[in-house]
Amino acid sequence: MRMLKFLLQKELKQIFRDPGIIRVLFIMPMVQLLILPLAADYEIKNINLGVVDQDHTEYSRILTNKIIASGYFKLKDYSPTFNQGLKAIELDKTDLILEIPPHFERDLVKDNQATLFVAVNAINGVKAGLGGAYVQQIIQGYNQDVRMQWIQAPRYNPQPTIDVTYSDWYNPHMNYRVFMVPGILVMLVTMIGSSFAANNIVREKEMGTIEQINVSPIKKYQFILGKLIPFWMLALSVLTIGLIIARVVYGIVPLGSYFTIYIFASIYLLAVLGLGLLLSTYAQTQQQSMLVSFFVTMIFNLLSGLYTPIESMPAWAQWVTKFNPVSYFIEVMRMVMLKGSGLMDIRFHIVAILGFALFFNGWAVLNYRKRTG
Amino acid sequence: MEKVITAKNLTKKFGSFIAVDNINFEVEKGEIFGFLGANGAGKTTAMRMLCGLLLPTSGQATVAGFDVYKQNEQIKKNIGYMSQKFSMYEDLTISENIRFYGGIYGLSNDRIKEKTAQLIKQLHLEGQEKTLVKALPLGWKQKLAFSIAIVHEPAIVFLDEPTGGVDPITRREFWGLIYEASARGITIFVTTHYMDEAEYCNRVSIMVDGRIDALDTPANLMKDYSADSMDEVFLHLARKAVRTGD
Repeated sequence: MRMLKFLLQKELKQIFRDPGIIRVLFIMPMVQLLILPLAADYEIKNINLGVVDQDHTEYSRILTNKIIASGYFKLKDYSPTFNQGLKAIELDKTDLILEIPPHFERDLVKDNQATLFVAVNAINGVKAGLGGAYVQQIIQGYNQDVRMQWIQAPRYNPQPTIDVTYSDWYNPHMNYRVFMVPGILVMLVTMIGSSFAANNIVREKEMGTIEQINVSPIKKYQFILGKLIPFWMLALSVLTIGLIIARVVYGIVPLGSYFTIYIFASIYLLAVLGLGLLLSTYAQTQQQSMLVSFFVTMIFNLLSGLYTPIESMPAWAQWVTKFNPVSYFIEVMRMVMLKGSGLMDIRFHIVAILGFALFFNGWAVLNYRKRTG
Repeated sequence: MEKVITAKNLTKKFGSFIAVDNINFEVEKGEIFGFLGANGAGKTTAMRMLCGLLLPTSGQATVAGFDVYKQNEQIKKNIGYMSQKFSMYEDLTISENIRFYGGIYGLSNDRIKEKTAQLIKQLHLEGQEKTLVKALPLGWKQKLAFSIAIVHEPAIVFLDEPTGGVDPITRREFWGLIYEASARGITIFVTTHYMDEAEYCNRVSIMVDGRIDALDTPANLMKDYSADSMDEVFLHLARKAVRTGD
């Protein structure tokens, strides 16, 4: 115990003496949490619309206005022919062309039917898909409006329809920030924890001080604990800053308790730091450990369910996420923050993450050798 | 006399390369034992095996009465070590380094305080206790590193080229510290490239291509090779080396 006390004292002094570490530790979470949630918003807005109106009637004008008034589209191009409209897509001025053919109004009134053509730039699949769907919805609404003007609605609809009513649970306003901020916070503590831990032992290797440790009676587990505990405390304080920002800036108050979050985070961080320490027992230089930890955390983050739902990944990738500690924490964060889950609800997650923590740290202690062969 | 280090047919191979080839020697308590050899002769490898940093390929060795194979952690409690690579924490102050190394060798808080005061006085560092080690000149760093390596009064201290790159005056002061430690009964095992330093040793061994080619007091060696200085003895032996230095 006394040995550990000296190791911790030394480690904390070194950390707090390095102004770079403190700056990164506190400025990084603020910048990430203030900027990333705004960028990671899946709602598609500002779709650039080109209109090719060959009809020039009141009806075509009302349709165009209705689309722009929806708020999702910006009229960027208004061309007389389709070919000219296509040019605007090629020049990346517009994402979508709505072509209103000649005699649109006449056909609609006289023949009770008319055609429209929508051409979408599908390079960005999400934008194209949603943009096309929005336009279709607006045109349908327009169609209904037009019909309502012409006919007196009967008391009973001759054409029975099924009306669907939605009720959005847990995130009733479908606010992306509520969904993203806890996830980004997880990514943040993961990156900070693993990269600092990965670099630290390697730094001692580079400085040559590790040899002085290796000829001393310090036990391996004492050395690893001496590295683990300070970074564990730092990562928990970063989490705290993040939770404060989430509350103050985004008004995100967990439905469950902070206690549950901290219990899980404490175990989770042991796993992440253990992984970092494990990498650093293999790496010889800080560049090596930096690159490897960057690579590993990037894969972990992409396979974590932060950006894309795990359920829509291919079966093998879903299987891989079972071995990704980040995915557990993101799920737990969302469960506790949005659904109000308690310790009992996340008990399997706790068991799994405890397994990761034991595995990575055990491996790190085993692989750290005071004597080479 | 009590033997504190014994090596019998100690060998270290890295693949097919034999870094240390069947070396045999004994070091007595309180002795200043010089371990000489050209670059790449195998000095550091031999020293690292004795310190428990490297596992020998074959042969026997004991340090402070403990076996290097099985009792390497007990050895570590009884030795001090100072490597060529500077090994204090540069971002800690002088007194913090003393406190840390004293602490991990199990010195009590009172003892650490006492030792700190004593070392500061001995090295004339009064008023600089709170100076970061990286701000010290190299010569002072080396003297401090040596003092810290023996802060727990070990049976043996291993010094790997402790005076590399240090000016002659500081080297002389450094050897003053070594003699003081030796007088207190600490055995000194030192590698060096400076032949004037070799003459300060009680006995020296000279390694060539992984083997110990000569081992005796400096005076006897000079007589045996009918040389006027250790420089000549060293050149005579080291010139035979097949290996090129690193």
